[in-house]
Amino acid sequence: MTSSAIAATGLRKAYQDKIVLDGIDLEVAAGTIFSLLGPNGAGKTTTVNVLTTLMKADAGTVRVAGHDVATDTKAVRAAIGVTGQFAAVDDLLTGRENLKLMTDLKGLRGDEGKRVVADLLERFDLTGSADKMAATYSGGMRRKLDLAMTLVGRPSIIFLDEPTTGLDPRSRRTMWEIIRQLVTDGVTIFLTTQYLDEADRLADRIAVLDQGTIVAQGTPAELKSQIGGSHVRLRFAGDAEIEAARRILTGTTTDAEDDLVLRVPSDGGAKSVRTLLAQLDAHSIEVEEFSVHTPDLDDVFLALTGRTSEKVNA
Amino acid sequence: MSSATTMLGRNFKHTLRNPVAIFNGVLFPIVLMLMFVYVIGGAFDIAGDYVDYITPGMIILTICYGLSGTALAVNSDMTKGIINRFKVMDISRSAVLSAHVAASVLRSLIAIAVLVGVALIMGFRPAASFPDWLGVIGLVVLVTFATSWFTVALGLAAKTPESAGLISVPLVMLPFLSSAIVPAETMAAGVRQFADYQPFTPIIETLRGLLNGTPSGGDAIAAIAWSAGIALVGYVWALSTFKKRA
Repeated sequence: MTSSAIAATGLRKAYQDKIVLDGIDLEVAAGTIFSLLGPNGAGKTTTVNVLTTLMKADAGTVRVAGHDVATDTKAVRAAIGVTGQFAAVDDLLTGRENLKLMTDLKGLRGDEGKRVVADLLERFDLTGSADKMAATYSGGMRRKLDLAMTLVGRPSIIFLDEPTTGLDPRSRRTMWEIIRQLVTDGVTIFLTTQYLDEADRLADRIAVLDQGTIVAQGTPAELKSQIGGSHVRLRFAGDAEIEAARRILTGTTTDAEDDLVLRVPSDGGAKSVRTLLAQLDAHSIEVEEFSVHTPDLDDVFLALTGRTSEKVNA
Repeated sequence: MSSATTMLGRNFKHTLRNPVAIFNGVLFPIVLMLMFVYVIGGAFDIAGDYVDYITPGMIILTICYGLSGTALAVNSDMTKGIINRFKVMDISRSAVLSAHVAASVLRSLIAIAVLVGVALIMGFRPAASFPDWLGVIGLVVLVTFATSWFTVALGLAAKTPESAGLISVPLVMLPFLSSAIVPAETMAAGVRQFADYQPFTPIIETLRGLLNGTPSGGDAIAAIAWSAGIALVGYVWALSTFKKRA
């Protein structure tokens, strides 16, 4: 129990008669990245709001950093940092003043406060724009400043609500680097995202949220394994070749979309692929196209909910 | 307390960096006063020097013009994500709101000082004694405090910055429908009754009495009662709205 930074059981939340969270159980180990993955409207932000004391759940219990959010709100707030979906920076203050506002509010005065501000500006590569008003910052810079403000006071658990939504690919990668760096410093990260690759790349554990319930939870590898292993796709020139291949290979299926494509179960490793190709070679069967398909989280979502995530978004 | 002063510093920086707020809060009331005294006022039939009549009214109008900035500032805090940051940092809700009220009062006092300075240059000659002046300052602070809490509540209740800007319009209109610019007796029936019974008339008449060195006790009691009532309603409304908005 001491090793879990966040533990929630049976969370429920409804707005009037619309159920947003319908019995959510979560457990996040300290020092790991946990990703809550789901399409828009799945309930991600509501979950973050409940976990971060901004909103009271209708039912269920939440312990964050070992404290109950309902009864020990102050202790929870002292331990966490939150970066919301919309950059919570003060547009009329400069980057430096924004950070100083945070150090003042956290009670870091004088030289210590100045040092924290200078360190964060340096770390987030904002020193050059430190004395410009935040209103003039680009989207990526605002997110960085926002996160820097969250880090003032060294919170041990950081909540990031869709930290890369709306960022260009380069800023996204920078943000990913920063998030990984935080975890090596021992911080626990709770991250929501609607990007499947983001959860896949960053998270130690992923929970898939769909219409207020968690439909799957596990490591990225575990989730992927839920829809069967990876396979090799072989494309042949004609029916004769595909028939010959089907006779010598075991467990093949024809692709649903292309009847000249054969799917062969395989771990995708070099050794098994070489064996497979050697088998075909020995029977002189020509392969036109060859690819290894590893299921991504889009496949997971489809398998778990019967819909693709895009369909829900539309 | 220290977080409240930090927040006050933040709000004051906002004002200094917002030219529109400075114009509305400081310059526009002066422009209005110049217009009334030198352009329109000559046509009014008011005993004595018109600048002596209108200055107390302009003091109240200055407070009201400053309030539109307060409503906007409160609302933009709520509609942009920054309020959630403050909430999660466990800054007391009264620190966030009272900083807005304090900034609002401070802005008004500066604007009023500038306005009275300009009025003096224009020939305003108050007959107030030292205690009368203390009464003027006390009443101005009380009225600003009360209307600021009320405006903070309005700013919290408004869904968008646009509606927050609009919501303060009635506050700006009210002094015009009082004895601020011309005596209520000269108004059309209906408007006159409204002017007689709305809060700004006793407030302005109290100020006028104090500045003329002829304080009126009845108006003063009504002015203080109205201010206390407005402050209380504003405070309770602001706090409950703040609690409700996530």
